[in-house]
Amino acid sequence: MIKRLLCSGAAGLLFLVALVLPGFAADKLKIGLVATLEGTYTVLGEDGVRGFEVALKQFKSMAGGREIEVITGASDASPDSAVRAVRKLVEQDKVDFIIGPLSGSEGIAVKNYSRDHPNVTFINGSSGAQETTFVDPSDNFFRFNMDGAQWMAGLGKYVYDKKGYKTVATIGEDYSFIYTQVFGFALEYCQAGGQITERFWVPLGTKDFASIIAKLPDDVDAIYLGLGGGDAVNFLNQYLQAGGDAKLIGGTIMIDQTVLSSKGKAKEVLTGTPGAGPQADTWDNEKWQAFVKAYQDAFPADKRFPVPSLVATSYYNAAVAAFTVLNDIGGDLSDGQKKFREGLAKIELDAPNGKITLDNNRQAIGTNFVTEVTKDENGNLVNSLIEIVPDVNQTLGMDPAVFKKIGIPAREVPVCQASYN
Amino acid sequence: MQRFIERHPVWSLVILIAAVFLLWLILAEWPRGLVAFAGRKKVFLNALLNGITLGGLYFLVASGFTLIFGLMRNVNLAHGSLYLFGGYIGYTVATASNSWILSFIVAFIAMAVLGMLLQVLVFRRMEGEELRQTLVTIGISIVLADILLWIWGGDFYQIETPDWLFGAIKLPIITAVKSSGDAVYMKYPLVRLVILAASIVIGVAMWLALNKTKIGMMIRAGVDDRDMLSATGIRIQLVFVLVFAFGAGLAGVAGVVGGTFQSLAPGEDTRFLLASLVVVIVGGMGSIPGAALGALLIGLSEQFGSVYMPTYAVVLTFLIMVLVLAFRPQGLLGSRG
Repeated sequence: MIKRLLCSGAAGLLFLVALVLPGFAADKLKIGLVATLEGTYTVLGEDGVRGFEVALKQFKSMAGGREIEVITGASDASPDSAVRAVRKLVEQDKVDFIIGPLSGSEGIAVKNYSRDHPNVTFINGSSGAQETTFVDPSDNFFRFNMDGAQWMAGLGKYVYDKKGYKTVATIGEDYSFIYTQVFGFALEYCQAGGQITERFWVPLGTKDFASIIAKLPDDVDAIYLGLGGGDAVNFLNQYLQAGGDAKLIGGTIMIDQTVLSSKGKAKEVLTGTPGAGPQADTWDNEKWQAFVKAYQDAFPADKRFPVPSLVATSYYNAAVAAFTVLNDIGGDLSDGQKKFREGLAKIELDAPNGKITLDNNRQAIGTNFVTEVTKDENGNLVNSLIEIVPDVNQTLGMDPAVFKKIGIPAREVPVCQASYN
Repeated sequence: MQRFIERHPVWSLVILIAAVFLLWLILAEWPRGLVAFAGRKKVFLNALLNGITLGGLYFLVASGFTLIFGLMRNVNLAHGSLYLFGGYIGYTVATASNSWILSFIVAFIAMAVLGMLLQVLVFRRMEGEELRQTLVTIGISIVLADILLWIWGGDFYQIETPDWLFGAIKLPIITAVKSSGDAVYMKYPLVRLVILAASIVIGVAMWLALNKTKIGMMIRAGVDDRDMLSATGIRIQLVFVLVFAFGAGLAGVAGVVGGTFQSLAPGEDTRFLLASLVVVIVGGMGSIPGAALGALLIGLSEQFGSVYMPTYAVVLTFLIMVLVLAFRPQGLLGSRG
């Protein structure tokens, strides 16, 4: 009898809570967070979420006087998985805005989706395909990270002039972000005088690279690695076992903490490898060091990387931009998010990895870092600062008309030539 | 052999010619025209050996899968999770004890025990209900995947190759001749050769155990007719438990192998489940030689695909599967019915 009473009581309570909750929820700010929490980029996705959480902690889970509620959606680096996650968040959970996605082709797909949903604002997580904001940009899609080509700024000249690599072969995952990376590298490297002899493309999620490794040419000065996540780790492991000893050049996610913190000794082969990206782990800038410390304090040492990866930094920046604007406008999204978007477009973000502003396509203009992989005092591999390249815009300082003529990054675009005028 | 030649004279000739041609490709110095057409000999040889060694890994995973299916008609969709779980355990043991060999033993035993538990606690309760069993295994695989993510996180793990296996060795195969007349010998990672040898040994041992021992006889009889076997007084449940334990243990061993020359991470479980599904569909459900043939085919197609037609490499394995399903739905070496 008592049991039954308790049961019905509990049921009644649940019913009441269900009635009351939507009332509370109306005041809450609902954010949909999309990251690759499955598949070969899982490690990257997890660190993206960590970066977001650091921002959340700093803002005490409040923005514009409203409590923040986060709903997470998982994707696996494929465009359709990202759209599925976003669709669920937008159409079912009715979030106010989205932060994400993480990976290049996901970004293009989500941008296309955003066009059909003008009431929701989309802030990119860390995806870096050029096409996302350069071709047919969407009014409600904002990107506070630079694209893959911008992340290469400074590297081509550095490896040609300082390292003396006159010929390079590239190997990369066969999708938009790596196309963009090779595009950025090639433009600068070829204009400096370098030659790209061959470009190898492997499907995203390749695990056995042994045959590709055998195919890599011996007669080039260095090999450019445009791989990330599990693919990068597998490549390095098999490269070592095959007795490989060529000079390497790292793409942005190749020399990132996501690879440099992997278990095993394969990553050691990267020591001394030059690369470039939106951050240098050892930068002594005050703001950067503060961010690194906030990240380290937020999670126990075995649940994070020694320093935040660029994915964490990007998600952090995206979240901080959104929360700052929301604070400025008092959390008012009632006007179809018009004020929110105006604020986002105008904000000058004083990010830990340098100042960030948006251009007319709502694409970031920011600072880039040329780095080299070294071992720090604790035995961790980090990328340490070589050179800072300020104010990198999406056309890489070139005339937009000339830049457009080169074409959208693809397997064989751009052609390697000394001048593109 | 004799009978095969008598029954299929044309096929025998084709196979013979192909074998001789392959041998020539491996041993001879490639003429310039062939190099221009198909690339350097080194690339071809590497793809060939890599395909075979990768096939060895696939065989380790798929043979347990096919054995369990053959006997119990249970499509164990948690097989990939056993692979990953075994790999993680192998990693933990290998780093703690510094012994690569020990990690195999522990991974095998741990997964065998888990397999036994699954059989006794879960599958025995729903014997004969194939659909239900299959759905339950999906559920188990999802739960296991999350538990593994919880314990080991999303990082990439590599089991370190012991020093005596590290690096490449020279094979007595000439890949090219330098202009000075010196021969360039093929270099190949030692660890992959050892793994290949191990999987051949395991495969042959399994074949012998199935065909020459009493327990093997029971298993084969069980594959053909379960009810009749139990009617003869054999404790079929015990056979089931043993087979499940062995199949699961093999998946664990494969996990250590995979962790050594590839890496362990979330998602690998479904990848290897998919690979073993394709392998047994191509080779024939329930057949050990079929699993070997299927694994070899899939391994080779992946490697040759990645070298000679990288854009379509992913499609190639599935193309093989489609062709097999279209023309020989029971699998290449599967029995009808």
